[in-house]
Amino acid sequence: MTTTDTFPRCGPYPAAAPFAPIREELTTRFGAMPDRLDLLQILVSIQHRLGYVPAEAISWLATNLGLSRAEIHGVVAFYSFLEETPPAPYTLRFSTNITELWQGQEANMARFKDLPNVRALPTSCIGLGDQGPAALVNGYPLPRLTATRLDAIARAIASRRPVAEWPAEWFKVDPNVRLAGPLLEFAFTPGALVERVLAAGDAAFMEMLRASGLRGRGGAGFATHAKWDACRAEVVPEKYVVCNADEGEPGTFKDRLLLSDHAELLIEGMTIAARVVGAKQGYIYLRGEYLWLYDRLNAALEARRRAGLLGAKVCGAADFPFDIAIHLGAGAYVCGEESALLESLEGRRGVPRIRPPFPATHGYRGRPTVVNNVETYCAIAQLAGIGAAEFAALGSQGSAGTKLHSVSGDCAHPGIFECAMGTQVSTLLDLCGTRDPLAVQVGGPSGRLLFPEEFHLPLDFSHVSSGGSFMVIGRERDLFELVYNFVAFFHHESCGFCTPCRSGSNIMLNALQRIRRGQGTEHELQIITEAAAVASKASHCGLGHTLGNPFQDLERGRPAVFQDRLRDSPDGTVLDLKRAVAEARALRER
Amino acid sequence: MSDTRKITVATCSLAGCFGCHMSFLDIDERIVALVDKVSFGRTPLTDIHTLHACDIGLVEGGLCNDENVHVVRHFRQQCKILVAVGACAINGGVPAMRNRYGLAECLEESYLYGVGVADPQIPSDPELPLLLNQVHPIQDAVKVDYFLTGCPPPAEAFLELLTAVLENRAPQMSYALRHFD
Repeated sequence: MTTTDTFPRCGPYPAAAPFAPIREELTTRFGAMPDRLDLLQILVSIQHRLGYVPAEAISWLATNLGLSRAEIHGVVAFYSFLEETPPAPYTLRFSTNITELWQGQEANMARFKDLPNVRALPTSCIGLGDQGPAALVNGYPLPRLTATRLDAIARAIASRRPVAEWPAEWFKVDPNVRLAGPLLEFAFTPGALVERVLAAGDAAFMEMLRASGLRGRGGAGFATHAKWDACRAEVVPEKYVVCNADEGEPGTFKDRLLLSDHAELLIEGMTIAARVVGAKQGYIYLRGEYLWLYDRLNAALEARRRAGLLGAKVCGAADFPFDIAIHLGAGAYVCGEESALLESLEGRRGVPRIRPPFPATHGYRGRPTVVNNVETYCAIAQLAGIGAAEFAALGSQGSAGTKLHSVSGDCAHPGIFECAMGTQVSTLLDLCGTRDPLAVQVGGPSGRLLFPEEFHLPLDFSHVSSGGSFMVIGRERDLFELVYNFVAFFHHESCGFCTPCRSGSNIMLNALQRIRRGQGTEHELQIITEAAAVASKASHCGLGHTLGNPFQDLERGRPAVFQDRLRDSPDGTVLDLKRAVAEARALRER
Repeated sequence: MSDTRKITVATCSLAGCFGCHMSFLDIDERIVALVDKVSFGRTPLTDIHTLHACDIGLVEGGLCNDENVHVVRHFRQQCKILVAVGACAINGGVPAMRNRYGLAECLEESYLYGVGVADPQIPSDPELPLLLNQVHPIQDAVKVDYFLTGCPPPAEAFLELLTAVLENRAPQMSYALRHFD
């Protein structure tokens, strides 16, 4: 599975493009009898070219992959960006993370609701929180949607202008680095760090990794050396190195920067990992929302192949074959969970696996696999360059190195800030130019909601751990809407495998809706509290374990937000008879 | 037995099918023992139409129109213990299947565009109760003291409820009385 694809800007899509013309292209790329593991990649390819996955394509795949149509349908149905119904010429997916809703995204979406040739749909955060509100048009990002820009987009759609010919300016994503530190400023000659590891030996690097105290940057903060040790201990010839670039936590976009401007560092880190654990193949699991980075990343990989830094003999070492392929996701937050990511990488629905066994021993195709975040691999390369002592000195006790924070929301300078581990929340708030905010959501919806009395806390693994999302919430905002948005997000993204999460998120959302409509009572609060507690204890994966966090944090910190909204109904009744018969009365008089 | 006070039971069926009432009657000959202890207030079983203060109100069916709401509120005022009987009273049940459609949609399908409709018109006689925009369980309108689950609840559940009230204790529904697979 090392085929490269290409994803130019597509559209307007014809109403029901036939499958036959692209069948040949797929056969060339994936072979006449494609590997079952390529299923998702083939589907993504078809979806992007035709705007949907036609029934003939499903039949063709079923025949050639030896799968049932139901299984393929199951995969298509799982991913938000795959569809079986013929497309509109243009599909706009508006990012509905709370910071963008607060920037007027509802109205932006409504602007396109009744126009011909276009569908306006909501989607989860697309990694442009610092330059929102943003949307995707047929998969490509449109940041900074101002009224003028939206008018121009509407005109382009009305005149059926090909997306490929829309002005490049519309698609321009700014790096938005507000504060660069040792990681972002780290300079090196490509391949030099790999050579250094080759010269020093794997054991020496593992010792450096252990001494550095590096922990995973994706959010969970697992000790990287422990993960690698477990993988190294497996004596099998086939191992894998996987980069988790499924940056789905709403409000996070620091990997976007690393993938677009620091791919060399990432690849260097992955190559070191491959050498140390003994992997021959690596994968970058790139979220579907970052489709626009696909060609750029492939070019970086190709350049390294040409330079002899990937391929049969990496850096000329006869005993070190290693290459990397990119695998695209298709709009599923849960695939950021490493075992769900591996399922998706194998072309299936992204349902988390039962653990143990962990991926380090039973990962991709059941083989030992190291899965790390983009930023972790970059830190690995940096560590190889500066050594354990200097790396550890960059951070705080138990939290070595620096951390990238994606700052968005109500502040003067949204963007990416590299801060030493242990930097106080208040320091970062000062840096991004905010005065006296109501609260800050650190680590995304699955993270923590912090109030001013907690702003002195350090951002590190021992205090406030973060995967990189930092959403500033201004004085004028409504925290109820924040929690409602996050629960709606989890409800949408739940994979549906386990009941505590699937039903729990549904129960919570329904109860919050009743409160939001002014029909909620103490009973609703009780229901939400119970559902959150059950989901946090009994769910299958981290999504369910954390979906109660936003509610619990707000209920603990500012209970009045909920209490003020409750209907004064000590007996729990909610029926408003006058309103309930209004429609019948109107119909009678019609 | 004659020295003990009789308890009064009122019943009604709102948006229900009378199946729960039928199930109540399935207590069969055990009703004989109750005759000395229980008397009926308002109930369709004896065709008594006026509701006075009573001990237990058994409400079958959910709320689909304004009259249902008035009746259940009246029951709440008059009954010391109000019991939601059966799936429709507790969850809305079969009538609540219309909740996924709009009220106008339902009426249009039934009275304007449905198969075999003659003289299409939406009924507008002022004597007809006004339909609610959604079917509600009764606890949306009144506080409920006990819920008898099932579609219908088994006769033994009714019997246990009455016996418990007579014995001045909380009803104990065994697993068999609330499990229906």
